[in-house]
Amino acid sequence: MLKTFPKGGIHPPENKITASKGIKKMTLPKVVYVPISQHIGIPAEITVGVKDKVDIGQVIAKSGGFMSSNIHSPVAGTVTKLDKIIDTSGYKKQCIVIRTDLKDESNFKDTEYPLKTTITLEPKDILQKINDSGIVGLGGATFPSHVKLSIKEGTKLDHLIINGVECEPYLTADHRLMLEKAEEIIVGIKILMFALHIDNAIIGIENNKADAIETFKKIIRKDDPIKIAALKVKYPQGGEKQLVRALLNREVPKNGLPLDVGVIVHNVGTIFAIYQAIQHNIPLIERVVTVTGKKLENPSNYWVKIGTPITDLVNEVGGLPEGTRKIVNGGPMMGKAIKNMDVPVTKGTSGILVISEDEASRGEPKNCIRCGECVDVCPMGLEPHLLMNLSEKGMYEKASAEDIMTCIECGSCSYVCPSHRPLLDYIRFGKNSVKKMNTSKN
Amino acid sequence: MSDSVLYSVILLASLGMVAAVLLYVVSKKFYVFENPLIAEVDEILPSANCGGCGSPGCKAFAERLVNTEDISDLFCPVGGNEVMKQVAAILGKKVAEKDATVAVLRCQGGCDVRPKTTEYQGPRTCAISAMIYSGETDCQYGCLGDGDCVKVCKFDAMYMDEHTGLPVIITDKCTSCGACVEACPRDIIEMRPKHKRDLKIFVGCLNEDKAGIAKKACDVACIGCSKCQEICPKDAVLMANNLAYIDPIMCTLCRKCVEVCPTNSIIETNFPPKKVKKVEPEAEVNVESINLKTDA
Repeated sequence: MLKTFPKGGIHPPENKITASKGIKKMTLPKVVYVPISQHIGIPAEITVGVKDKVDIGQVIAKSGGFMSSNIHSPVAGTVTKLDKIIDTSGYKKQCIVIRTDLKDESNFKDTEYPLKTTITLEPKDILQKINDSGIVGLGGATFPSHVKLSIKEGTKLDHLIINGVECEPYLTADHRLMLEKAEEIIVGIKILMFALHIDNAIIGIENNKADAIETFKKIIRKDDPIKIAALKVKYPQGGEKQLVRALLNREVPKNGLPLDVGVIVHNVGTIFAIYQAIQHNIPLIERVVTVTGKKLENPSNYWVKIGTPITDLVNEVGGLPEGTRKIVNGGPMMGKAIKNMDVPVTKGTSGILVISEDEASRGEPKNCIRCGECVDVCPMGLEPHLLMNLSEKGMYEKASAEDIMTCIECGSCSYVCPSHRPLLDYIRFGKNSVKKMNTSKN
Repeated sequence: MSDSVLYSVILLASLGMVAAVLLYVVSKKFYVFENPLIAEVDEILPSANCGGCGSPGCKAFAERLVNTEDISDLFCPVGGNEVMKQVAAILGKKVAEKDATVAVLRCQGGCDVRPKTTEYQGPRTCAISAMIYSGETDCQYGCLGDGDCVKVCKFDAMYMDEHTGLPVIITDKCTSCGACVEACPRDIIEMRPKHKRDLKIFVGCLNEDKAGIAKKACDVACIGCSKCQEICPKDAVLMANNLAYIDPIMCTLCRKCVEVCPTNSIIETNFPPKKVKKVEPEAEVNVESINLKTDA
């Protein structure tokens, strides 16, 4: 029996059409739009001015506080504007616009460095380096990594979990990274284990990525404290709480963190970014993005510079196919449709999904037939139909009492609803309103 | 036979007596004193229970009026000065006199002048679409057109215009309770003084983008050119973030700013038509003829 989490979950069609496509280097974009708020928390503070020459990897916006992150120039070039550009949030946000200097050779320097296994830094320096390199959680939540790694003294940690689940349909960025950079990831894991004094690590991978599991098994020696766990394919297994439950059979408390049960979870992408930062001194300036869609000419995985406009990405795979209806930033389940094609790739962009007319329809919402499907599939054990009604009627106190804030917004409820009810839309709205209500109370 | 009738009558009558005595005792014992003024004030209040005064209902507001020493900052927007004067007479307290206000929509971006650039699928409420993204047009400040304000209006003073997709405020019905102001996630609706004959001049735009971007997103956007500020004899126009705002107290309704606005984003209401002939009618005829051609 393969491990998985017990409560709820769904299995949408996987559609991993880019699973066999190696990660290509994306053509250097002419202009990059780097938003100063690519992470959860306080936006970074701009440290460059218009007409400044910037180097690749130079800090262009400094962390604005503890819950913030540095932002580095992804290219060598000139700052042309400090402007407001619509980003993935759907609103105009402050961006640093850099025109790439195409003649600068450092832009073309291959990022493939020889594998370096010896760890030379001290634990304290490692954490500082992660902070300086602007690393955030690359699974999609973009939580600043140094915050996650700042552990209070006396906290008992026994497991480091590496999230290689990638349960979102279509996306294959993590999968390809695991295949191509397996050894680097193992070193990255060792760096973190060394820095945090953790003795065990488990890499959780869903069983549909058998080749990745094999690759890791070949590399890992028997005396290594790192284990590989194959998991049953089920969405949303990539959720922190679901993954901890599946691998260690530990229940993360309702409003708590995996830290409360002695576990710390990191995405494989983040681990690779940490490896790059510690061993090769490369800050987070590019990431793997899956550009996919059924109608695309040549869907594939790419190393993309942060700030590359999505237009460039779509052109790279052969342009927009006819009848395109939506372009989604992220996967089909958790992703969000973007407002226009100039939206830049940020640290949290794991995929760009191009959806055609016939796939994009949401269906006319009808009345709730009380079938209970949404309750069955909710991985957090909530009652989505109830939460939606409470949010719709503005009963936020009650919604809060019904644990609306524990919703992980996986969208399983909206996916299964036979009446096409916009459950998640309303629950998200309810969560926002509860948050507002709580802040106004304090 | 007659006995049973008699017994039942006696039984019921005595039961009634006992109950009456009980009720009397209880009502005396647990009597709650309520200031008779509260009922009196409640009678005068408009019983709309709209919440515009800040209290959950008219009864609660009456209690607040009676129990508060200084009621000069309490006001019933629906009843207005007249009701407040009566309240003052009953309570013997001083009330502040306020100018009557009315809700105005500070956005003119209808479908005809503000082109849609994206399409939204999902629940049609302003609150949700505002949370998700900046709206179907390129203007992230303007009306979202899903009518949350109309839904909360208890006085039927608002409706959605089918042609423009914008809400319309029926000034005569508006009681300035402020429910729509609260419901609007974009803060487009503002309470402005009614003045005499409901004359109003205000900037019908909230776009803070630079001129080019604002104009591209919407034909009637305020582009922050400051022409209105320059011409205003009373310094009533405030410029901030590429946007003009007309101070309703300073404004003397001279209408000079309306004429100079290059994008027609300043709105005047209820003014008699100007006598000076304009060149505009010709332009309008042209537009119509073009439309006819395309139709044919």
